[in-house]
Amino acid sequence: MDGKFEDALTGEQKIRNFNINFGPQHPAAHGVLRLVLELDGEIVDRCDPHIGLLHRGTEKLMESRTYLQNLPYFDRLDYVAPMNQEHAWCLAIEKLTGVEVPRRASLIRVLYSEIGRILNHLLNVTTQAMDVGALTPPLWGFEEREKLMVFYERACGARLHAAYFRPGGVHQDLPPELIDDIETWAHEFPAVLDDIDGLLTENRIFKQRNVDICVVSEQEALDWGFSGVMVRGSGMAWDLRRAQPYECYDEFDFQIPVGKNGDCYDRYLCRMAEMHESLKIIHQCIEKLRNEPGDVLARGKLTPPSRGEMKTSMEALIHHFKLYTEGFHVPAGEVYAAVEAPKGEFGVYLVADGSNKPYRAKIRAPGYPHLQAIDHLSKGHMLADVAAIIGTMDIVFGEVDR
Amino acid sequence: MSEELRELALHIEAKRPDCVLNHDIAFGELTLTISPNALVSFVDFLKADKTCLFSTLIDITAVDYPAREARFDVVYHFLSMYQNHRVRVKVAAREEDILPSIIEVHPSANWFEREVFDMFGILFSNHPDLRRILTDYGFRGYPLRKDFPTTGYTEVRYSEEQKRVVYEPVSLVQEYRQFDFMSPWEGAEYILPGDDKAEAKG
Repeated sequence: MDGKFEDALTGEQKIRNFNINFGPQHPAAHGVLRLVLELDGEIVDRCDPHIGLLHRGTEKLMESRTYLQNLPYFDRLDYVAPMNQEHAWCLAIEKLTGVEVPRRASLIRVLYSEIGRILNHLLNVTTQAMDVGALTPPLWGFEEREKLMVFYERACGARLHAAYFRPGGVHQDLPPELIDDIETWAHEFPAVLDDIDGLLTENRIFKQRNVDICVVSEQEALDWGFSGVMVRGSGMAWDLRRAQPYECYDEFDFQIPVGKNGDCYDRYLCRMAEMHESLKIIHQCIEKLRNEPGDVLARGKLTPPSRGEMKTSMEALIHHFKLYTEGFHVPAGEVYAAVEAPKGEFGVYLVADGSNKPYRAKIRAPGYPHLQAIDHLSKGHMLADVAAIIGTMDIVFGEVDR
Repeated sequence: MSEELRELALHIEAKRPDCVLNHDIAFGELTLTISPNALVSFVDFLKADKTCLFSTLIDITAVDYPAREARFDVVYHFLSMYQNHRVRVKVAAREEDILPSIIEVHPSANWFEREVFDMFGILFSNHPDLRRILTDYGFRGYPLRKDFPTTGYTEVRYSEEQKRVVYEPVSLVQEYRQFDFMSPWEGAEYILPGDDKAEAKG
């Protein structure tokens, strides 16, 4: 049609942008995300996320509970990889109290952090595939997740809400059979990864939906406060495990996979490669764990006395009672502890006032800045790509809404 | 580590002597306290300066100290992925103060400032979209202030008569239990019921 369209007689005939609600009950919203999308045809013009539908007031609740009682709240943040969150909380407390974690506990923490990373990446990669139309990968991936959750269960008794990492170590030692089983699994798992890789990596539909979608440049990644795979996909080799080593990550040999183009597809490839790297760390960990018997808790004020000691010593019994009622006191001060959680930098800013409860604890979840950039990143994309963008950002509402 | 941090702190203080009120290094972390009116230019300096290069905003939050006159500490965390160091910047704010927004320097400040506003009621000037973010639509009060009760003031339920969700004042069958396990021998401030000697002692 030539010329301008000016003969519209009524308001209805004029074209205006269309607003739709995406979610909160949408399977591709990965939880309870409500997006108000302004569409120009099928192109996204504006995207306003409404979050907080899963807000539980974790930070407020934490102010009235002891340090140990607060630990299980961290399982409920990013419920896809629970132990990685607990790790940050334990590190913050250990930094303030100056407690040295025994070597074996440190290795177990690394082992389970990497299991958590695989748990998370399996879920993310496969549900990302589901968002763009493939159903088989999640079914295959969840079978492996099930096996990993059994390892969680065998270590701490719970499949999801572990409460396994404790300030000063880990709750219990691993039985040798469990370590053997993890090793057997780690030998079998690459075959499964190759299967998923074969399903997706060269899949025509998967590539059409992911290549060149949601391209993040290095500058954008900095401006929007990204971390984790969101910066590595854009070509920056930034990983807290390497850059600011915590626990005993500095003695492990692993690579940091980086992307080149910063699109959804590169981030998918990064996650696949990271799972292989995690397996490397798991193998090294198992090797070291076999040669390093010992205690898994730094015995002292932070941790309970051993069961046997409690049966014979009155002081140990008193200590146990005091620890689980009053809790331990943390010296006054403020500290920020961060870990490389599977989704990015997960940090805890802890302000202690010397009592048995935190004065203020702020949880810095990686998904929060990622999701806030969705308005910027989805502008100009098609409506169908929004699902792929949410998938690639790896959003879990437990941690975004807190 | 702390030697590098001390050098960094001295460098920042030398470059911007007007804004830095004081610096502190504890637990291998550098904390700078600055005055609120220079906030935006100072954050911009931290981002641009070649020695600092704090290009990533990690977090903005606040801490409430009701006893102080400047009641809130607004706390900014920055990270430099190039220089591999972190810094914490603190600004004290009274309840009625309006802080300048740092969105122009760090676009990612948007939601963090909205959250601080939502949770503490601290206002930010020049913020394009200062709405509540985590709490319910139409929520009132600022939950993370120390004078806000953990139970809140309202609760919701689905009303079968009205066929919709209704808001009601919180009614607790049992009082919300704030356990206090502090030993009465070491620093508990309350007086135990029936403790006649407490008066005489104090």
